[in-house]
Amino acid sequence: MGKITIDRNACKGCGLCAINCPEKLIIIDESMNVRGVHPAKFTETDPEKCKGCKMCAIMCPEVCIEVYK
Amino acid sequence: MAKILMCGNEVIGEAAVHAGCTFYAGYPITPQNELTHYMSFRMQEAGGTFIQAESELAAINLVLGASAAGARAMTSSSSPGISLKQEGISYMAACQLPAVIVNMMRGGPGLGNIAPSQADYFQATRGGGHGDYRTMVLAPSTVEEAWNLTQLAFDLADEYRNPVMILGDGILGQMMEPVEVVRRHLNGRNAVSSHKPWALTGCKGRKPNVVRSLFLGEGELEELNRIMQMKYNKIKSKEPRFESLYTEDSDLVVVAYGTTSRIVRSAISKARHEHLHVGMFRPVTLWPFPEAQLQKLARKSKAFLVVEMSAGQMLDDVKLSILGQRPIHFHGRAGGGVPTEEAIIEAIKDILKPKSRKRVYA
Amino acid sequence: MKKVFERPASLRAVPTHYCSGCGHSIVHRLVCEVIDELGIREDVIAVCPVGCAVIAYEYWDFDCSEAPHGRTPCVATGIKRVHPDKVVFSYQGDGDLAAIGTAEIIHTANRGENITVFFINNGVYGMTNGQMAPTTLIGQKTSTSIHGRDITRDGYPMKMSELLSQLPGAKYIERVSVDNPANVLKTRAAIKKALKCQMEGKGFSLVEILSPCPTYWGLSPKDACRRIEDEMSKAFPLGVIKDA
Repeated sequence: MGKITIDRNACKGCGLCAINCPEKLIIIDESMNVRGVHPAKFTETDPEKCKGCKMCAIMCPEVCIEVYK
Repeated sequence: MAKILMCGNEVIGEAAVHAGCTFYAGYPITPQNELTHYMSFRMQEAGGTFIQAESELAAINLVLGASAAGARAMTSSSSPGISLKQEGISYMAACQLPAVIVNMMRGGPGLGNIAPSQADYFQATRGGGHGDYRTMVLAPSTVEEAWNLTQLAFDLADEYRNPVMILGDGILGQMMEPVEVVRRHLNGRNAVSSHKPWALTGCKGRKPNVVRSLFLGEGELEELNRIMQMKYNKIKSKEPRFESLYTEDSDLVVVAYGTTSRIVRSAISKARHEHLHVGMFRPVTLWPFPEAQLQKLARKSKAFLVVEMSAGQMLDDVKLSILGQRPIHFHGRAGGGVPTEEAIIEAIKDILKPKSRKRVYA
Repeated sequence: MKKVFERPASLRAVPTHYCSGCGHSIVHRLVCEVIDELGIREDVIAVCPVGCAVIAYEYWDFDCSEAPHGRTPCVATGIKRVHPDKVVFSYQGDGDLAAIGTAEIIHTANRGENITVFFINNGVYGMTNGQMAPTTLIGQKTSTSIHGRDITRDGYPMKMSELLSQLPGAKYIERVSVDNPANVLKTRAAIKKALKCQMEGKGFSLVEILSPCPTYWGLSPKDACRRIEDEMSKAFPLGVIKDA
């Protein structure tokens, strides 16, 4: 069981976290952040699937993901 | 202390060691090789670092790194090599890093020749690389003076956090003269304390230091330039150095520096035996140019003669100092030619007794 | 729950100037992670290149110097020779290391200078609008090879790591990439190994990192990573090139 937090306004919307999440728990938000990009967003539907594997954070260029386990 | 015989190039090396230089990087080029040879073993003996670099570009940037790390560092070269170093010198001026750069000039432009020359005056005194900066330029005329000025150069570089250049030529570099090997603290300056709070030493117990010359923020670079110009104005008011010879009663003042001033000195002594009222003004610092001091002479003297081993470069600074108040004559030889005593005496006579002679210098 | 991943302490909490999906920021973080792990933040002196990473010192919370373009290893050498007890690394792009600074990197490696070099290879000049670099792949379109790199006109992609590995002074050279999590972790391990190589006084170490430049490759961050796997790592094979 894990959890991530995403700094929504630091995100540049590259999506590398989303494509590397083995459970596909990260989506690209339809609304924009302060940078004017569509940021990554942690799933609201089945967050319990997160294992805290850190793949998203390891790929995140902006270091805007923190992982809890 | 006893005097020993050394050539100018070696003396600069030994003086650097005495001044606490612990880093030297260079690349072979004539006529300054004796200095590189000397430093190759002397740095090792003194517990410093010697690197024979792959190019002048590498050498100046090795010095940049060593200086950023807080060491007293030096490089040397001759005209074409100094052209290559200009990139690094501009960066060091902008990063406000001290260093001593020796240029034993040779005939130019291009590969030129290895004969003595003073044709890098513009390059040395106007900055030489890109951007609004200056390097202090010290021009020794004897081996003894090279000893003193080299040590002063390190002190000035640290004090103003700016590169300082020693400008000579193959004659000064290779000529042997007696020199007293003793550490000088000129003008009451002690070796500036080794405390360099800006140096890169690892950020133990302090905020990280950054050595940089890129300033993209609005107004940042303008502010750096303002600070640099304040520093340069201080140097201009505090640091001009010169020597005057018989200028008290001279109708004509010959202006010359470095090797050329040696020839002028003996020409003047002969001319005075012939009752010609001629003296010499020798700038020791080429930048800052002793403008005010030369300007003063314009009140008493009737004319000036500039003698250089160039097509007329210091001539411009003399003109800027005299501001049209007196006629300024020029005798120069470019491309490795050395003015002779006879030619200088003849030029002096042409100016002081024009009516009795055929040729008049304009 | 316990926090298991956060920003390394020596990476300042400020947004970077890098484009979305740029590999530079990943490598910046990895360097900081390793520095924190080794506990050497106060002993590190970094030299930043001319290029996209020129203001890395805005992000790195330790002593840094700029260097003129390509002279990065010279500046690092000067610092290291003055402070042999410090950990000195240069961080260079492919224009800096493989074009304008070719002589400097070769001679620094050949002297066996005990410094570490992190070499970011993304095959383009990012800072100046995506011109062709010495490492640009054959056929790759850039702003100075709009029909693709042509070997008859532009020569071949330069394999700097292989070239440098020929020099006895070079002790450890590895090529890694940051296109997926497994490779990012390998990059982290290589960075650590290289810095330890220096700390143990072994001599010159270099890590070449294949890094995405989505902006000047004209690809999405996802496709840029895929390109590293499909094309770039074919021309620049990953792995340890030298470990002496």
